[in-house]
Amino acid sequence: MTALPSHTDKKLGLVIDLDTCVGCHACVTACKGWNTQNYGAPLSDQDPYGKPSGTFLNRIHSFQSQPETGLARTTHFPKSCLHCDDAPCVTVCPTGASYKRVEDGIVLVNEDACMGCGLCAWACPYGAREMDQAAGVMKKCTLCVDRIYNENLPEEDREPACVRTCPAGARHFGDLGDPTSAVSLLVADRGGVDLMPEQGTRPVNQYLPPRPRDTIADVMTGDEDILAPFLAPVAEDPKGFLGWLDRALEKL
Amino acid sequence: MHPAPSVIIFSSLSGAGFGLLFFLGFGFPTVTGWVAFVFYLIAYALAVGGLMSALFHLGNKKNAVKSYSQWRTSWLSREAWCAVAALLVMGLHAALQVFFGTTVAPLGWIGAILSLATVFTTSMIYAQLKTIPRWNQPATPAFFLAASLAGGALLSGNVDAALILMVVLGAITAWHWIKGDRRFAEAGSTIETATRLQGRVSLWEKPHTGENYLTHEMVYQIGRKHAAKLRVIALALMVVIPVAVLLIFGPHHMPAIVAVLSHLAGVLVQRWLFFAEAEHVVGLYYGAHGAKRAG
Ligand code: SF4
Ligand code: SF4
Ligand code: SF4
Repeated sequence: MTALPSHTDKKLGLVIDLDTCVGCHACVTACKGWNTQNYGAPLSDQDPYGKPSGTFLNRIHSFQSQPETGLARTTHFPKSCLHCDDAPCVTVCPTGASYKRVEDGIVLVNEDACMGCGLCAWACPYGAREMDQAAGVMKKCTLCVDRIYNENLPEEDREPACVRTCPAGARHFGDLGDPTSAVSLLVADRGGVDLMPEQGTRPVNQYLPPRPRDTIADVMTGDEDILAPFLAPVAEDPKGFLGWLDRALEKL
Repeated sequence: MHPAPSVIIFSSLSGAGFGLLFFLGFGFPTVTGWVAFVFYLIAYALAVGGLMSALFHLGNKKNAVKSYSQWRTSWLSREAWCAVAALLVMGLHAALQVFFGTTVAPLGWIGAILSLATVFTTSMIYAQLKTIPRWNQPATPAFFLAASLAGGALLSGNVDAALILMVVLGAITAWHWIKGDRRFAEAGSTIETATRLQGRVSLWEKPHTGENYLTHEMVYQIGRKHAAKLRVIALALMVVIPVAVLLIFGPHHMPAIVAVLSHLAGVLVQRWLFFAEAEHVVGLYYGAHGAKRAG
């Protein structure tokens, strides 16, 4: 049923640390690796040696932010399904393929029921759902539901592939509905936030903002600037042949 | 949003088809025999043809029948129900009129209301989406309904009603554009709310060098100048030309055909713009909609 449960027993999800993510894309690869050969249709690629595109459940964006004063900084920004409490992708689904589980809050697609209309992807603000172009069904992060409860895997592997693989420890997995869990404590400690709160989706996944940077002096200031006089432009207003060339090129 | 031809054709044609069924259901005009046959043929060709083209848009058609299951929550599922109910009830009504020359008025009324309800449910599929602020406004269902009724009035030869409805449609469409241009800022999603980073944020690097399903489907952008021209063309074809033709030449066959074709072409342009101009908030993660930040 695509009605959302009024309550879920657990709120399993991810906490993503924007301070430690180094943008290596290891989680992207691990996610694609696990999910292309386990539950559901494989994650296909199209035209890999031409104009490549493909299905991914997790992607890393990188942003630049310029504060009022000081240097701009870059932040690597992993994004996968946030397993929203008020998931708009679920309620729009006409077939009942999309649902949110009562036991742990994971949002899943039953591919045997999906008709590939794409409406759920339109309803998600975060771009967390992608229609597989080969299978014609909707793919999304499963929170590695086939790992976290999988008794055939060694204990330490019973967590999402992206979390398990992250070399920087930037992804954490746990129950965000339990205020005493390690992830909830981490969120409280670091001031974790919802993405696009104005969309009213109440995401379970939380993002930890980058910590303030140490102060680094701007380049080319103070005594360090010994090379500056040599770098001043030589001819501000070119004359002679250069001037003619400049004007001729300008006219083209 | 990517203006997929199948979806644009579906919503324009089926809208006009259900509009025609609405007028036939209420007995404007009450037709029987061969005349009825021709009217219903046109209405069903438009409505069913439109629905078929929407089916082509699906990635996994074999599960389309499952879309009847979630009417409690999903507007798309409700649309599927309304469409089938409208086509069945009007089919019965039409069969009685065509083959038996009998008109069971209440049956027609029910069919008419179901036909309009179908158009309303279609419009709500778009209007419900908070992720696409331009669509998420009351003028969206209003213009789908107005377009359907204007097209229906034209096709059924209710010239006076058609004239009024086309003018109303023009006004609602203009309002949808004016309001729509402000909706993204009103909704308040910016690259800063999307990332929750401090300072002035811009995309530094996309996740991939190429395109993906999301950028193809949802980060479609159209130049402003282009859009302005197309808006003028849409209004001219959809409202100005058909109204002028009908007023000058009166309700004769040739002018009526010109008016209908011009109107339908205008609705197609308007629907194309409806998709092409719609900005999805996910574009913010791909560096789009920078100019749309709240004042
Ligand atoms: S992130 Fe998107 S796909 Fe995932 S639950 Fe939220 S709305 Fe649905
Ligand atoms: S694409 Fe599949 S899961 Fe998504 S809304 Fe359509 S039927 Fe439901
Ligand atoms: S939890 Fe699993 S499916 Fe989700 S992003 Fe991580 S690896 Fe991919």
